[in-house]
Amino acid sequence: MSTEPSSLAEGLKQADPDALLSVSGLKKHFPIKRGVLQRQVGAVQAVDGIDFSVRPGETLGLVGESGCGKSTTGRLLTRLLEPTAGSIMFEGRDIAHLSTGQLRPLRRDIQMVFQDPQSSLNPRHTVGTIVGAPFHIQGIETPNGVKRAVQDLLSLVGLSPEHYNRYPHEFSGGQRQRIGIARALALKPKLIVADEPVSALDVSIQAQVVNLLEDLQQELNLAYVFIAHDLSVVRHISDRVAVMYLGKIVEIADQAVLYTKPHHPYTTALMSAVPIPDPDRKEGRAEGQVERIRLVGDVPSPINPPPACRFNTRCWKAQDICRTQEPPLLQIGGRSEAGFEHQVACHFPENV
Amino acid sequence: MTTLPGDASALQDDFGDLAPDPGTPAAKAIEGRSLTQIAWTRLKRDKVAMVAMCVVVFMCLLGATASLIAPHLGGGPNLPHTLLIDGDTSLPKGSAGGMDSAHWLGVDPTFGRDLAARVVKGAQWSLLISFAATALTVILGLVAGLLAGYFGGWVDGIVNWLMAVFLAFPVVLFGIALASGVPPHAFGFSYVWLRVTLLIIVIGGFGWAYFGRIVRGQVLTLREKEFVDASRSLGAGELRIVFREIMPNLIAPTLVFASLAIPANILAEAAFSFLGVGIPLPEPSWGGMLNDSLSQYQYDPAYLFVPGLAIFVTVLAFNLFGDGVRDAFDPKAGR
Repeated sequence: MSTEPSSLAEGLKQADPDALLSVSGLKKHFPIKRGVLQRQVGAVQAVDGIDFSVRPGETLGLVGESGCGKSTTGRLLTRLLEPTAGSIMFEGRDIAHLSTGQLRPLRRDIQMVFQDPQSSLNPRHTVGTIVGAPFHIQGIETPNGVKRAVQDLLSLVGLSPEHYNRYPHEFSGGQRQRIGIARALALKPKLIVADEPVSALDVSIQAQVVNLLEDLQQELNLAYVFIAHDLSVVRHISDRVAVMYLGKIVEIADQAVLYTKPHHPYTTALMSAVPIPDPDRKEGRAEGQVERIRLVGDVPSPINPPPACRFNTRCWKAQDICRTQEPPLLQIGGRSEAGFEHQVACHFPENV
Repeated sequence: MTTLPGDASALQDDFGDLAPDPGTPAAKAIEGRSLTQIAWTRLKRDKVAMVAMCVVVFMCLLGATASLIAPHLGGGPNLPHTLLIDGDTSLPKGSAGGMDSAHWLGVDPTFGRDLAARVVKGAQWSLLISFAATALTVILGLVAGLLAGYFGGWVDGIVNWLMAVFLAFPVVLFGIALASGVPPHAFGFSYVWLRVTLLIIVIGGFGWAYFGRIVRGQVLTLREKEFVDASRSLGAGELRIVFREIMPNLIAPTLVFASLAIPANILAEAAFSFLGVGIPLPEPSWGGMLNDSLSQYQYDPAYLFVPGLAIFVTVLAFNLFGDGVRDAFDPKAGR
């Protein structure tokens, strides 16, 4: 296992040729300004150099604790934020620093589903206006008029076309999230970034919305970047899962492999926290892992993250090298059945 | 959940464009109600607000048609009736300030002009000035609040500083100083209209800072809402976001502010006219009549009460209506 730090060039070289979206060296630092002169005194390193790719029709789950940078990553992919560094290649074109005008045609291909269905729909607009907005903003002519197109979209997400003239406050949380999904689907995107789309819904509705997302994926060949902190939901919907810790991806692998044979100690700890409903059935747990691993301490501040491996302050395997040399995200073992690599950023991986 | 409305969508599929638009009979029943419509329903149930609204509408109609009505009331607002005035005291003859069938509210001392006609004409100026001043305040406040709240940074800094200056300004003194410098004619306006314009600018142009702060606060929370991000991720430009996404959410605070600013501006106009820097004599105004009545109020209290009651009833009705509007938009606020 080589321990050379991964460079941008290496990231590009490893890039998946089939990828719809491939991200390399992506960084977002939010400056902290103080004083009368608004001098920059530091930066919140929300996302600090991540690489991954998404293939057409694939679902990549993005998990991690609160504040690990997963939502920031989502906002970078949809270019609601401009990255500090790195590239976002979408269909072979770097969209990391495009202007609002240059981005507009691209918006058709990358859409977003938001976390809070309460706040993601304008309370003053009817459902017709909300779901019809993409057509108006993009200036798209629809064969049977916008109203018909909106009603078709409403049927597609399991709402009644008669809801056209209703207002968001007249719907339940699950129905509102369906409206948000209908809006995201309006432009027939290739990639949907779903930022905790079910976190605000109660459990019975979560299943409905997740199943809807899966059905739509099969029907429309969508690729998802599915951001969540609920590990069971991510396991259910994802083909591959990337685990983030403090602005970095620590491990990325096939869903089945990651949940049963995690390599990174952080992933191992995370997976041990997934509750198993039946106390007699432990096979859902990672190999050789029965007891829950309790991590001590808090997540360090992203303003001043620990040197080298960011997990070294809480890792039970940490040694000197973990504090001096940053472990690169490298492939371990062969490809999975689905042809995916298992990459991990650790000097002392587990389950090898 | 696949509870599709089988009937409507099936019809669409089978008959295509020939099928009745799903918006006809079935959809009529399912028509949604906007937040403003819901507030209106709530307002209609508020009896005090509805009575107040009737008074407000009546006063507005009176003011709007004053030029048509006033000339027919007891000879019009400026026609003297010296026969009705006692030559010794210069007070109106008869009881209660000369009220009779020809002059319902009596006549004023010295000249004997019909008070009903003068009150109606005064309502015209009062309401014109307060509505125009409120409109000016709302426009300036919306522009300033949107600029400061949405763009932030140095724009916010400048607007905040301006608002602090305007809030600290001695408006009454400024108005008095400006009024004394108004020429008899300018820009094709007569003296009366120049003073009216000045009042609108002084009352409206100095009231925006307060509303601007309300708007700024609202915009600061609205711009962080996910529907703004959603619109941006669809490719919407800044103008669309400001006018289509944020502005509609400012309807409630704007209506509430306006319905409470109008009575305040009626009082401000009355105060300026009382001080002699508002509507110039002999043009009637409520404040001017109050001022005129003060010298003889011990002998002719009716002259004090008529314009005083006009101000009181109008302002009270507007305030009660404004409270109703606020409660209708924000039922949780309670009383």
